[in-house]
Amino acid sequence: MEEKVTQRRKVLIGMTAAVGASGIPFAAIPFVSAWNPSAKARAMGAPVKVDISKMQIGQKIQVAWRKQPVFVIRHSSDALANLSRVIDKLDDPSSLNIDEPYRGQNPTRSSSKEFTIIAGVCTHLGCSPKYYPDMEPQPWDESWVGGFFCPCHGSMFDIVGRVFKGVPAPTNLKVPPHTFNGKILTIGEDEGIA
Amino acid sequence: MTEKSTGIFNWIDRRLPILNTYERHLSKHPVPKKVNFWYMFGALASVVLIIQIVSGIWLMMPYQNTEEGAFASVEFIMRDIDYGWVIRYMHTTGASLFFAVVYLHMFRGLMYGSYHKPKELVWIFGMSIYLVMMAEGFLGYVLPYGQMSYWGAQVIISLFGAIPFIGESLELWVRGDYYISGATISRFFALHVVALPLILIALVFMHLVALHEVGAGNPEGVDIEKFLDEDGVPLDSVPFFPYKVLNALVAIGIFGIVFSIIMFFFPEGGGYFLELANFEEANPLSTPDHIAPVWYYSPYYAMLRAVPDKLGGLIVMASAIAILFVVPWLDRSKAASIRYKGILSKIAMVIFVLSWIMLAWLGTVPVTELRTTLSVIGTFIYFGFFLLMPIYTSIEKSKPVPDRL
Repeated sequence: MEEKVTQRRKVLIGMTAAVGASGIPFAAIPFVSAWNPSAKARAMGAPVKVDISKMQIGQKIQVAWRKQPVFVIRHSSDALANLSRVIDKLDDPSSLNIDEPYRGQNPTRSSSKEFTIIAGVCTHLGCSPKYYPDMEPQPWDESWVGGFFCPCHGSMFDIVGRVFKGVPAPTNLKVPPHTFNGKILTIGEDEGIA
Repeated sequence: MTEKSTGIFNWIDRRLPILNTYERHLSKHPVPKKVNFWYMFGALASVVLIIQIVSGIWLMMPYQNTEEGAFASVEFIMRDIDYGWVIRYMHTTGASLFFAVVYLHMFRGLMYGSYHKPKELVWIFGMSIYLVMMAEGFLGYVLPYGQMSYWGAQVIISLFGAIPFIGESLELWVRGDYYISGATISRFFALHVVALPLILIALVFMHLVALHEVGAGNPEGVDIEKFLDEDGVPLDSVPFFPYKVLNALVAIGIFGIVFSIIMFFFPEGGGYFLELANFEEANPLSTPDHIAPVWYYSPYYAMLRAVPDKLGGLIVMASAIAILFVVPWLDRSKAASIRYKGILSKIAMVIFVLSWIMLAWLGTVPVTELRTTLSVIGTFIYFGFFLLMPIYTSIEKSKPVPDRL
Protein backbone atom coordinates (compact mmCIF):
# COMPACT_ATOMS: atom_id res chain seq x y z
CA MET A 1 0.00 0.00 0.00
CA GLU A 2 2.78 2.37 1.09
CA GLU A 3 4.75 1.53 -2.04
CA LYS A 4 1.74 2.07 -4.25
CA VAL A 5 1.26 5.56 -2.83
CA THR A 6 4.92 6.41 -3.42
CA GLN A 7 4.61 5.17 -6.98
CA ARG A 8 1.47 7.25 -7.46
CA ARG A 9 3.28 10.34 -6.06
CA LYS A 10 6.17 9.81 -8.48
CA VAL A 11 3.86 9.60 -11.49
CA LEU A 12 1.96 12.71 -10.41
CA ILE A 13 5.18 14.68 -9.81
CA GLY A 14 6.53 13.53 -13.17
CA MET A 15 3.36 14.57 -15.00
CA THR A 16 3.19 17.93 -13.28
CA ALA A 17 6.83 18.59 -14.14
CA ALA A 18 6.22 17.60 -17.77
CA VAL A 19 3.24 19.93 -18.10
CA GLY A 20 5.24 22.73 -16.51
CA ALA A 21 8.24 22.11 -18.76
CA SER A 22 6.07 22.12 -21.87
CA GLY A 23 5.45 25.81 -21.22
CA ILE A 24 9.15 26.67 -21.56
CA PRO A 25 9.25 26.69 -25.39
CA PHE A 26 6.17 28.95 -25.45
CA ALA A 27 7.70 31.31 -22.93
CA ALA A 28 10.86 31.39 -25.05
CA ILE A 29 9.04 32.57 -28.20
CA PRO A 30 9.05 36.32 -27.46
CA PHE A 31 12.65 36.24 -26.25
CA VAL A 32 13.90 34.43 -29.35
CA SER A 33 11.73 36.45 -31.76
CA ALA A 34 12.94 39.75 -30.32
CA TRP A 35 16.35 39.00 -31.84
CA ASN A 36 14.97 38.82 -35.41
CA PRO A 37 15.54 41.86 -37.65
CA SER A 38 13.02 44.50 -36.60
CA ALA A 39 10.40 45.94 -38.95
CA LYS A 40 12.64 48.99 -39.30
CA ALA A 41 15.69 46.92 -40.21
CA ARG A 42 13.63 45.01 -42.78
CA ALA A 43 12.38 48.27 -44.31
CA MET A 44 15.92 49.64 -44.51
CA GLY A 45 16.87 46.49 -46.46
CA ALA A 46 14.70 47.59 -49.42
CA PRO A 47 16.07 47.39 -53.00
CA VAL A 48 18.50 50.02 -54.32
CA LYS A 49 18.70 51.54 -57.82
CA VAL A 50 21.92 52.36 -59.68
CA ASP A 51 22.48 54.20 -62.97
CA ILE A 52 24.86 51.97 -64.93
CA SER A 53 24.83 53.91 -68.23
CA LYS A 54 28.10 55.68 -67.44
CA MET A 55 30.07 52.54 -66.56
CA GLN A 56 33.15 51.95 -68.74
CA ILE A 57 33.98 48.56 -70.19
CA GLY A 58 36.04 46.67 -67.62
CA GLN A 59 34.90 48.94 -64.78
CA LYS A 60 33.82 47.64 -61.41
CA ILE A 61 31.67 49.69 -59.06
CA GLN A 62 30.56 48.96 -55.54
CA VAL A 63 26.98 49.51 -54.44
CA ALA A 64 25.67 49.21 -50.89
CA TRP A 65 22.56 47.06 -50.52
CA ARG A 66 21.52 46.32 -46.93
CA LYS A 67 24.81 48.09 -46.08
CA GLN A 68 26.68 45.19 -47.62
CA PRO A 69 28.91 45.67 -50.67
CA VAL A 70 27.52 44.50 -54.03
CA PHE A 71 29.94 44.50 -56.97
CA VAL A 72 28.71 45.51 -60.42
CA ILE A 73 31.22 44.76 -63.17
CA ARG A 74 30.92 45.59 -66.85
CA HIS A 75 33.03 42.96 -68.58
CA SER A 76 34.88 43.34 -71.86
CA SER A 77 34.12 40.72 -74.49
CA ASP A 78 37.70 39.45 -74.14
CA ALA A 79 37.25 38.86 -70.45
CA LEU A 80 34.01 36.95 -71.08
CA ALA A 81 35.68 34.90 -73.80
CA ASN A 82 38.37 33.90 -71.32
CA LEU A 83 35.86 32.64 -68.74
CA SER A 84 35.88 29.09 -70.04
CA ARG A 85 39.69 28.91 -69.70
CA VAL A 86 39.61 28.93 -65.90
CA ILE A 87 37.09 26.10 -65.53
CA ASP A 88 39.78 23.61 -64.38
CA LYS A 89 40.59 25.85 -61.44
CA LEU A 90 36.97 26.20 -60.31
CA ASP A 91 35.20 24.20 -57.68
CA ASP A 92 31.66 24.70 -58.93
CA PRO A 93 31.76 26.34 -62.41
CA SER A 94 28.02 26.01 -63.03
CA SER A 95 26.95 27.09 -59.51
CA LEU A 96 25.19 23.77 -58.87
CA ASN A 97 25.90 23.84 -55.12
CA ILE A 98 24.03 27.06 -54.39
CA ASP A 99 20.71 28.72 -55.15
CA GLU A 100 21.69 30.47 -58.35
CA PRO A 101 18.86 32.78 -59.45
CA TYR A 102 19.89 33.10 -63.12
CA ARG A 103 21.60 29.75 -63.65
CA GLY A 104 22.49 28.98 -67.22
CA GLN A 105 21.21 32.27 -68.63
CA ASN A 106 24.52 34.05 -69.20
CA PRO A 107 28.23 33.44 -68.59
CA THR A 108 28.13 36.58 -66.41
CA ARG A 109 25.83 34.72 -63.94
CA SER A 110 23.45 37.72 -64.07
CA SER A 111 20.41 38.39 -66.22
CA SER A 112 22.60 40.56 -68.46
CA LYS A 113 25.10 39.49 -71.11
CA GLU A 114 27.60 42.13 -70.09
CA PHE A 115 27.26 42.89 -66.40
CA THR A 116 28.03 40.73 -63.40
CA ILE A 117 26.24 41.51 -60.16
CA ILE A 118 27.64 39.71 -57.12
CA ALA A 119 27.54 40.17 -53.38
CA GLY A 120 30.95 41.43 -52.28
CA VAL A 121 30.89 39.26 -49.19
CA CYS A 122 33.20 36.28 -49.03
CA THR A 123 31.25 33.06 -48.52
CA HIS A 124 33.91 31.97 -46.04
CA LEU A 125 33.83 34.43 -43.15
CA GLY A 126 32.27 37.54 -44.60
CA CYS A 127 35.23 39.76 -45.53
CA SER A 128 34.97 41.76 -48.72
CA PRO A 129 37.15 40.26 -51.48
CA LYS A 130 39.35 42.63 -53.51
CA TYR A 131 39.27 42.83 -57.30
CA TYR A 132 42.49 42.08 -59.20
CA PRO A 133 41.25 41.89 -62.81
CA ASP A 134 44.58 41.59 -64.62
CA MET A 135 46.21 38.37 -65.67
CA GLU A 136 49.55 38.68 -63.88
CA PRO A 137 51.44 36.75 -61.18
CA GLN A 138 50.33 37.63 -57.65
CA PRO A 139 51.91 36.77 -54.30
CA TRP A 140 49.11 34.28 -53.61
CA ASP A 141 49.01 32.73 -57.09
CA GLU A 142 51.82 32.58 -59.65
CA SER A 143 49.40 31.92 -62.51
CA TRP A 144 46.71 34.44 -61.53
CA VAL A 145 44.10 34.79 -64.29
CA GLY A 146 42.22 37.74 -62.83
CA GLY A 147 39.41 37.73 -60.32
CA PHE A 148 38.76 38.35 -56.63
CA PHE A 149 41.11 37.65 -53.75
CA CYS A 150 39.96 37.75 -50.13
CA PRO A 151 42.64 39.34 -47.94
CA CYS A 152 41.39 37.70 -44.75
CA HIS A 153 41.84 34.02 -45.42
CA GLY A 154 43.07 33.82 -48.98
CA SER A 155 39.96 32.63 -50.84
CA MET A 156 40.03 33.17 -54.61
CA PHE A 157 37.21 33.71 -57.11
CA ASP A 158 37.20 34.33 -60.87
CA ILE A 159 35.89 37.57 -62.42
CA VAL A 160 32.27 36.44 -62.15
CA GLY A 161 32.71 35.32 -58.52
CA ARG A 162 33.08 31.55 -58.97
CA VAL A 163 35.17 29.99 -56.22
CA PHE A 164 38.53 28.30 -56.88
CA LYS A 165 39.37 24.79 -55.72
CA GLY A 166 41.32 24.34 -52.48
CA VAL A 167 40.43 27.65 -50.82
CA PRO A 168 38.52 28.09 -47.52
CA ALA A 169 35.40 29.62 -49.12
CA PRO A 170 32.85 26.83 -49.60
CA THR A 171 30.73 28.29 -52.41
CA ASN A 172 30.62 30.85 -55.22
CA LEU A 173 29.89 34.47 -54.35
CA LYS A 174 26.14 35.03 -54.24
CA VAL A 175 24.22 36.70 -57.02
CA PRO A 176 21.59 39.01 -55.49
CA PRO A 177 18.21 39.32 -57.24
CA HIS A 178 18.24 42.24 -59.69
CA THR A 179 16.49 43.77 -62.72
CA PHE A 180 17.77 45.87 -65.59
CA ASN A 181 15.44 48.59 -66.75
CA GLY A 182 17.14 50.66 -69.43
CA LYS A 183 20.08 52.30 -67.74
CA ILE A 184 18.77 51.62 -64.25
CA LEU A 185 19.84 48.51 -62.38
CA THR A 186 17.73 47.57 -59.36
CA ILE A 187 19.46 45.36 -56.78
CA GLY A 188 17.29 43.49 -54.31
CA GLU A 189 14.23 42.65 -56.43
CA ASP A 190 13.58 41.03 -59.75
CA GLU A 191 9.81 41.15 -60.06
CA GLY A 192 9.54 37.42 -59.62
CA ILE A 193 11.77 36.47 -62.54
CA ALA A 194 14.02 34.19 -60.50
CA MET B 1 30.66 31.30 18.70
CA THR B 2 33.88 32.92 19.90
CA GLU B 3 34.09 35.36 22.79
CA LYS B 4 34.98 38.23 20.43
CA SER B 5 31.46 38.37 19.08
CA THR B 6 29.55 40.68 21.37
CA GLY B 7 26.93 43.38 20.95
CA ILE B 8 25.78 44.26 17.49
CA PHE B 9 28.23 41.90 15.81
CA ASN B 10 26.95 39.05 17.91
CA TRP B 11 23.39 39.98 16.99
CA ILE B 12 24.17 39.88 13.27
CA ASP B 13 26.33 36.79 13.47
CA ARG B 14 23.52 34.79 15.01
CA ARG B 15 21.39 35.62 11.98
CA LEU B 16 24.07 35.54 9.25
CA PRO B 17 27.13 33.25 9.50
CA ILE B 18 29.73 35.95 8.92
CA LEU B 19 32.39 34.81 11.36
CA ASN B 20 32.01 31.17 10.47
CA THR B 21 32.31 31.89 6.73
CA TYR B 22 35.21 34.28 7.30
CA GLU B 23 37.13 31.70 9.31
CA ARG B 24 36.28 28.78 7.09
CA HIS B 25 37.05 30.43 3.76
CA LEU B 26 39.50 33.16 4.66
CA SER B 27 41.34 33.49 7.95
CA LYS B 28 41.73 29.85 8.94
CA HIS B 29 41.39 28.22 5.54
CA PRO B 30 44.37 25.82 5.30
CA VAL B 31 46.63 26.23 2.27
CA PRO B 32 49.73 24.15 1.42
CA LYS B 33 52.74 25.54 3.20
CA LYS B 34 55.08 25.38 0.20
CA VAL B 35 53.92 26.90 -3.06
CA ASN B 36 55.70 29.06 -5.64
CA PHE B 37 54.88 32.14 -7.70
CA TRP B 38 52.77 30.10 -10.11
CA TYR B 39 50.15 29.96 -7.35
CA MET B 40 49.62 33.74 -7.40
CA PHE B 41 47.77 34.04 -10.70
CA GLY B 42 44.42 32.94 -9.32
CA ALA B 43 44.50 35.81 -6.83
CA LEU B 44 45.61 38.19 -9.60
CA ALA B 45 42.74 37.03 -11.81
CA SER B 46 40.24 38.01 -9.11
CA VAL B 47 41.94 41.41 -8.79
CA VAL B 48 41.59 41.99 -12.55
CA LEU B 49 37.96 40.88 -12.40
CA ILE B 50 37.28 43.64 -9.87
CA ILE B 51 39.20 46.19 -11.99
CA GLN B 52 37.11 45.16 -15.03
CA ILE B 53 33.82 45.45 -13.17
CA VAL B 54 34.59 48.89 -11.72
CA SER B 55 36.11 50.39 -14.89
CA GLY B 56 33.33 48.75 -16.91
CA ILE B 57 30.58 50.38 -14.86
CA TRP B 58 32.23 53.77 -15.35
CA LEU B 59 32.59 53.21 -19.12
CA MET B 60 28.95 52.21 -19.32
CA MET B 61 27.82 55.62 -18.11
CA PRO B 62 28.86 57.70 -21.17
CA TYR B 63 28.89 54.87 -23.74
CA GLN B 64 26.11 54.91 -26.34
CA ASN B 65 25.00 51.58 -27.69
CA THR B 66 23.81 52.88 -31.07
CA GLU B 67 25.24 52.66 -34.56
CA GLU B 68 25.68 56.44 -34.80
CA GLY B 69 26.75 56.96 -31.22
CA ALA B 70 29.05 54.08 -30.35
CA PHE B 71 32.30 55.16 -31.99
CA ALA B 72 31.73 58.84 -31.20
CA SER B 73 30.96 58.12 -27.55
CA VAL B 74 34.22 56.17 -27.17
CA GLU B 75 36.11 59.14 -28.67
CA PHE B 76 34.17 61.37 -26.28
CA ILE B 77 35.33 59.23 -23.35
CA MET B 78 38.91 59.47 -24.60
CA ARG B 79 39.00 63.21 -25.24
CA ASP B 80 36.31 65.09 -23.37
CA ILE B 81 35.75 63.26 -20.11
CA ASP B 82 38.26 64.04 -17.36
CA TYR B 83 40.44 60.98 -16.98
CA GLY B 84 38.13 59.09 -19.33
CA TRP B 85 41.20 57.80 -21.17
CA VAL B 86 42.53 56.25 -17.95
CA ILE B 87 39.27 54.43 -17.35
CA ARG B 88 39.09 53.14 -20.91
CA TYR B 89 42.72 52.08 -21.04
CA MET B 90 42.28 50.46 -17.63
CA HIS B 91 39.48 48.35 -19.14
CA THR B 92 41.40 47.43 -22.32
CA THR B 93 44.65 46.73 -20.45
CA GLY B 94 42.60 44.78 -17.91
CA ALA B 95 41.13 42.65 -20.71
CA SER B 96 44.55 41.66 -22.05
CA LEU B 97 46.05 41.11 -18.61
CA PHE B 98 42.99 39.13 -17.53
CA PHE B 99 43.78 36.67 -20.30
CA ALA B 100 47.51 36.82 -19.52
CA VAL B 101 47.04 35.85 -15.87
CA VAL B 102 44.36 33.28 -16.74
CA TYR B 103 46.62 31.63 -19.34
CA LEU B 104 49.44 31.48 -16.78
CA HIS B 105 46.97 30.15 -14.19
CA MET B 106 45.81 27.47 -16.66
CA PHE B 107 49.38 26.57 -17.52
CA ARG B 108 50.12 26.21 -13.80
CA GLY B 109 47.16 23.81 -13.68
CA LEU B 110 48.54 21.74 -16.58
CA MET B 111 52.03 21.73 -15.13
CA TYR B 112 51.22 20.72 -11.57
CA GLY B 113 48.15 18.63 -12.36
CA SER B 114 45.63 20.93 -10.67
CA TYR B 115 42.88 18.85 -12.26
CA HIS B 116 43.86 15.56 -10.61
CA LYS B 117 41.26 13.70 -8.60
CA PRO B 118 39.37 15.11 -6.66
CA LYS B 119 39.82 18.52 -8.35
CA GLU B 120 38.08 17.72 -11.66
CA LEU B 121 35.18 20.08 -10.98
CA VAL B 122 37.51 22.93 -10.00
CA TRP B 123 39.13 22.50 -13.41
CA ILE B 124 35.79 22.33 -15.24
CA PHE B 125 34.47 25.48 -13.56
CA GLY B 126 37.77 27.13 -14.43
CA MET B 127 37.47 26.15 -18.09
CA SER B 128 33.89 27.44 -18.13
CA ILE B 129 35.17 30.76 -16.79
CA TYR B 130 37.71 30.83 -19.62
CA LEU B 131 34.99 30.11 -22.18
CA VAL B 132 32.73 32.88 -20.85
CA MET B 133 35.72 35.25 -20.77
CA MET B 134 36.37 34.59 -24.46
CA ALA B 135 32.76 35.46 -25.29
CA GLU B 136 32.88 38.48 -22.99
CA GLY B 137 36.10 39.74 -24.59
CA PHE B 138 34.69 39.33 -28.09
CA LEU B 139 31.44 41.16 -27.30
CA GLY B 140 33.36 43.97 -25.63
CA TYR B 141 35.65 44.36 -28.61
CA VAL B 142 32.68 44.96 -30.90
CA LEU B 143 31.24 47.80 -28.79
CA PRO B 144 33.52 50.69 -29.94
CA TYR B 145 32.30 49.95 -33.51
CA GLY B 146 35.69 50.56 -35.09
CA GLN B 147 36.90 48.88 -38.27
CA MET B 148 38.35 45.90 -36.40
CA SER B 149 35.25 45.65 -34.19
CA TYR B 150 33.11 45.43 -37.29
CA TRP B 151 35.20 43.04 -39.36
CA GLY B 152 36.21 40.90 -36.42
CA ALA B 153 32.54 40.49 -35.57
CA GLN B 154 31.74 39.84 -39.23
CA VAL B 155 34.23 36.96 -39.24
CA ILE B 156 33.09 35.50 -35.92
CA ILE B 157 29.36 35.77 -36.72
CA SER B 158 30.03 34.21 -40.13
CA LEU B 159 31.32 31.17 -38.26
CA PHE B 160 27.69 30.45 -37.33
CA GLY B 161 27.02 30.32 -41.07
CA ALA B 162 29.18 27.20 -41.27
CA ILE B 163 26.57 25.21 -39.32
CA PRO B 164 24.67 23.12 -41.88
CA PHE B 165 21.05 24.04 -42.76
CA ILE B 166 20.33 26.66 -40.10
CA GLY B 167 23.62 28.55 -40.43
CA GLU B 168 22.49 31.46 -42.56
CA SER B 169 19.30 32.21 -40.65
CA LEU B 170 21.25 31.92 -37.42
CA GLU B 171 23.66 34.62 -38.63
CA LEU B 172 20.77 36.93 -39.40
CA TRP B 173 19.21 36.19 -36.01
CA VAL B 174 22.44 36.92 -34.12
CA ARG B 175 22.96 40.21 -35.96
CA GLY B 176 19.31 41.22 -35.93
CA ASP B 177 19.94 42.99 -39.23
CA TYR B 178 21.53 42.36 -42.62
CA TYR B 179 24.81 43.74 -41.34
CA ILE B 180 26.42 44.39 -37.95
CA SER B 181 24.29 47.37 -37.04
CA GLY B 182 23.02 49.27 -34.03
CA ALA B 183 20.72 46.31 -33.33
CA THR B 184 23.77 44.05 -33.03
CA ILE B 185 25.72 46.49 -30.85
CA SER B 186 22.90 47.05 -28.40
CA ARG B 187 22.28 43.35 -27.84
CA PHE B 188 26.02 42.70 -27.52
CA PHE B 189 26.12 45.54 -24.99
CA ALA B 190 23.38 43.95 -22.86
CA LEU B 191 25.18 40.60 -22.95
CA HIS B 192 28.57 42.18 -22.25
CA VAL B 193 27.53 44.29 -19.26
CA VAL B 194 24.80 42.21 -17.64
CA ALA B 195 24.27 38.64 -18.80
CA LEU B 196 27.81 37.33 -19.12
CA PRO B 197 29.24 39.12 -16.05
CA LEU B 198 26.47 37.53 -13.95
CA ILE B 199 27.38 34.10 -15.29
CA LEU B 200 31.08 34.86 -14.84
CA ILE B 201 30.68 35.84 -11.20
CA ALA B 202 28.53 32.78 -10.51
CA LEU B 203 31.17 30.54 -12.08
CA VAL B 204 34.00 32.19 -10.12
CA PHE B 205 31.98 31.56 -6.95
CA MET B 206 31.54 27.87 -7.85
CA HIS B 207 35.24 27.60 -8.80
CA LEU B 208 36.21 28.85 -5.32
CA VAL B 209 33.64 26.86 -3.39
CA ALA B 210 34.73 23.66 -5.14
CA LEU B 211 38.39 24.55 -4.57
CA HIS B 212 37.85 25.14 -0.85
CA GLU B 213 36.02 21.84 -0.57
CA VAL B 214 38.88 19.76 -2.00
CA GLY B 215 41.82 22.00 -1.01
CA ALA B 216 44.45 23.83 -3.02
CA GLY B 217 47.28 21.96 -4.75
CA ASN B 218 51.02 22.46 -4.59
CA PRO B 219 54.00 22.15 -6.97
CA GLU B 220 54.93 18.74 -5.56
CA GLY B 221 51.52 17.26 -6.20
CA VAL B 222 51.43 16.02 -2.61
CA ASP B 223 48.02 15.34 -1.11
CA ILE B 224 48.26 17.27 2.17
CA GLU B 225 44.90 15.90 3.37
CA LYS B 226 46.58 12.56 4.21
CA PHE B 227 48.28 13.76 7.38
CA LEU B 228 46.10 15.76 9.72
CA ASP B 229 46.66 17.08 13.24
CA GLU B 230 44.25 16.37 16.10
CA ASP B 231 41.94 19.20 14.93
CA GLY B 232 41.73 17.75 11.44
CA VAL B 233 43.95 20.49 9.93
CA PRO B 234 46.54 19.20 7.42
CA LEU B 235 50.03 19.10 8.98
CA ASP B 236 51.62 20.59 5.88
CA SER B 237 49.31 23.57 5.76
CA VAL B 238 49.39 27.15 6.96
CA PRO B 239 46.35 29.37 7.57
CA PHE B 240 45.28 31.61 4.69
CA PHE B 241 45.76 34.68 6.89
CA PRO B 242 48.43 35.98 7.20
CA TYR B 243 50.55 33.62 5.08
CA LYS B 244 48.70 33.51 1.77
CA VAL B 245 47.36 37.05 2.07
CA LEU B 246 50.77 38.67 2.58
CA ASN B 247 52.22 36.62 -0.26
CA ALA B 248 49.41 37.70 -2.52
CA LEU B 249 49.89 41.35 -1.57
CA VAL B 250 53.46 41.22 -2.89
CA ALA B 251 52.22 39.64 -6.12
CA ILE B 252 49.44 42.21 -6.42
CA GLY B 253 51.99 45.00 -5.88
CA ILE B 254 54.22 43.74 -8.70
CA PHE B 255 51.20 43.15 -10.91
CA GLY B 256 49.99 46.70 -10.22
CA ILE B 257 53.32 48.08 -11.42
CA VAL B 258 53.18 46.05 -14.66
CA PHE B 259 49.53 47.02 -15.15
CA SER B 260 50.26 50.72 -14.68
CA ILE B 261 53.26 50.71 -17.03
CA ILE B 262 51.09 49.21 -19.78
CA MET B 263 48.06 51.40 -19.03
CA PHE B 264 50.01 54.67 -18.97
CA PHE B 265 52.75 54.10 -21.52
CA PHE B 266 51.78 51.25 -23.87
CA PRO B 267 47.98 50.97 -23.81
CA GLU B 268 47.91 49.75 -27.42
CA GLY B 269 50.46 47.06 -26.66
CA GLY B 270 52.08 47.54 -30.07
CA GLY B 271 48.79 46.74 -31.80
CA TYR B 272 48.34 43.46 -29.92
CA PHE B 273 46.10 44.87 -27.15
CA LEU B 274 44.26 47.46 -29.22
CA GLU B 275 44.53 47.17 -32.97
CA LEU B 276 45.31 50.31 -34.93
CA ALA B 277 42.49 49.68 -37.44
CA ASN B 278 40.05 50.08 -34.57
CA PHE B 279 40.81 53.77 -34.28
CA GLU B 280 38.85 54.19 -37.50
CA GLU B 281 35.04 54.00 -37.51
CA ALA B 282 33.42 50.85 -38.88
CA ASN B 283 32.93 50.86 -42.64
CA PRO B 284 30.76 47.95 -43.79
CA LEU B 285 31.91 48.46 -47.38
CA SER B 286 35.64 48.16 -46.94
CA THR B 287 37.56 45.30 -45.32
CA PRO B 288 40.92 46.28 -43.83
CA ASP B 289 43.82 44.62 -45.65
CA HIS B 290 44.69 42.51 -42.68
CA ILE B 291 42.23 41.18 -40.11
CA ALA B 292 43.75 39.75 -36.98
CA PRO B 293 42.22 39.00 -33.62
CA VAL B 294 43.70 40.40 -30.41
CA TRP B 295 46.53 38.22 -29.15
CA TYR B 296 44.50 36.14 -26.70
CA TYR B 297 42.41 34.53 -29.42
CA SER B 298 45.17 34.22 -31.99
CA PRO B 299 46.25 30.58 -31.42
CA TYR B 300 42.69 29.44 -32.12
CA TYR B 301 42.36 31.79 -35.06
CA ALA B 302 45.56 30.28 -36.52
CA MET B 303 43.92 26.84 -36.20
CA LEU B 304 40.78 28.13 -37.95
CA ARG B 305 42.87 29.41 -40.83
CA ALA B 306 44.91 26.21 -41.03
CA VAL B 307 41.85 24.27 -42.20
CA PRO B 308 40.91 24.88 -45.86
CA ASP B 309 37.23 24.22 -45.16
CA LYS B 310 34.68 26.47 -43.48
CA LEU B 311 32.83 23.91 -41.34
CA GLY B 312 36.05 21.99 -40.71
CA GLY B 313 37.74 25.14 -39.43
CA LEU B 314 34.88 25.83 -37.04
CA ILE B 315 34.93 22.24 -35.74
CA VAL B 316 38.71 22.32 -35.19
CA MET B 317 38.52 25.64 -33.36
CA ALA B 318 35.62 24.54 -31.13
CA SER B 319 37.31 21.21 -30.38
CA ALA B 320 40.51 22.98 -29.36
CA ILE B 321 38.60 24.61 -26.51
CA ALA B 322 36.33 21.63 -25.79
CA ILE B 323 39.26 19.24 -25.35
CA LEU B 324 40.54 21.31 -22.43
CA PHE B 325 37.45 20.34 -20.43
CA VAL B 326 38.31 16.62 -20.46
CA VAL B 327 42.00 16.91 -19.48
CA PRO B 328 41.30 15.39 -16.01
CA TRP B 329 40.34 12.15 -17.74
CA LEU B 330 43.12 12.22 -20.35
CA ASP B 331 45.95 12.30 -17.83
CA ARG B 332 46.53 8.74 -16.57
CA SER B 333 49.68 9.57 -14.63
CA LYS B 334 49.89 8.61 -10.95
CA ALA B 335 51.86 11.77 -10.22
CA ALA B 336 49.99 15.05 -10.44
CA SER B 337 53.00 17.34 -10.77
CA ILE B 338 55.31 17.51 -13.77
CA ARG B 339 58.17 17.19 -11.25
CA TYR B 340 57.36 13.54 -10.67
CA LYS B 341 56.03 12.64 -14.11
CA GLY B 342 58.14 10.75 -16.63
CA ILE B 343 60.29 12.15 -19.41
CA LEU B 344 57.57 11.79 -22.07
CA SER B 345 55.25 14.18 -20.23
CA LYS B 346 58.07 16.69 -19.87
CA ILE B 347 58.98 16.58 -23.57
CA ALA B 348 55.30 16.80 -24.55
CA MET B 349 54.81 19.84 -22.30
CA VAL B 350 57.79 21.72 -23.79
CA ILE B 351 56.72 21.03 -27.39
CA PHE B 352 53.14 21.99 -26.56
CA VAL B 353 54.11 25.35 -25.06
CA LEU B 354 56.44 26.22 -27.95
CA SER B 355 53.84 25.31 -30.54
CA TRP B 356 51.11 27.26 -28.69
CA ILE B 357 53.32 30.37 -28.75
CA MET B 358 54.05 29.79 -32.44
CA LEU B 359 50.29 29.51 -33.16
CA ALA B 360 49.66 32.70 -31.18
CA TRP B 361 52.13 34.51 -33.43
CA LEU B 362 50.78 32.91 -36.62
CA GLY B 363 47.26 34.03 -35.79
CA THR B 364 48.30 37.67 -35.82
CA VAL B 365 50.19 37.79 -39.15
CA PRO B 366 48.88 37.58 -42.74
CA VAL B 367 48.73 34.16 -44.42
CA THR B 368 51.50 32.81 -46.62
CA GLU B 369 51.99 29.23 -47.75
CA LEU B 370 54.79 28.55 -45.26
CA ARG B 371 52.80 30.03 -42.37
CA THR B 372 49.77 27.92 -43.28
CA THR B 373 51.98 24.81 -43.18
CA LEU B 374 53.32 25.87 -39.78
CA SER B 375 49.76 26.45 -38.54
CA VAL B 376 48.82 22.94 -39.63
CA ILE B 377 51.82 21.49 -37.78
CA GLY B 378 50.99 23.59 -34.70
CA THR B 379 47.38 22.39 -34.79
CA PHE B 380 48.50 18.74 -34.93
CA ILE B 381 50.86 19.29 -32.00
CA TYR B 382 48.10 20.99 -29.99
CA PHE B 383 45.69 18.10 -30.46
CA GLY B 384 48.48 15.53 -30.22
CA PHE B 385 49.43 16.80 -26.78
CA PHE B 386 45.93 16.14 -25.46
CA LEU B 387 44.82 13.12 -27.52
CA LEU B 388 48.06 11.20 -26.94
CA MET B 389 48.06 12.09 -23.24
CA PRO B 390 46.35 8.84 -22.13
CA ILE B 391 49.10 6.93 -23.95
CA TYR B 392 52.27 8.75 -22.92
CA THR B 393 51.14 9.26 -19.33
CA SER B 394 50.42 5.55 -18.90
CA ILE B 395 53.51 4.07 -20.59
CA GLU B 396 56.06 6.37 -18.95
CA LYS B 397 57.48 5.66 -15.51
CA SER B 398 56.76 8.38 -12.99
CA LYS B 399 58.83 8.93 -9.87
CA PRO B 400 57.23 8.14 -6.48
CA VAL B 401 55.49 11.16 -4.98
CA PRO B 402 56.60 11.92 -1.38
CA ASP B 403 54.06 11.70 1.44
CA ARG B 404 54.86 15.04 3.01
CA LEU B 405 55.40 18.48 1.56
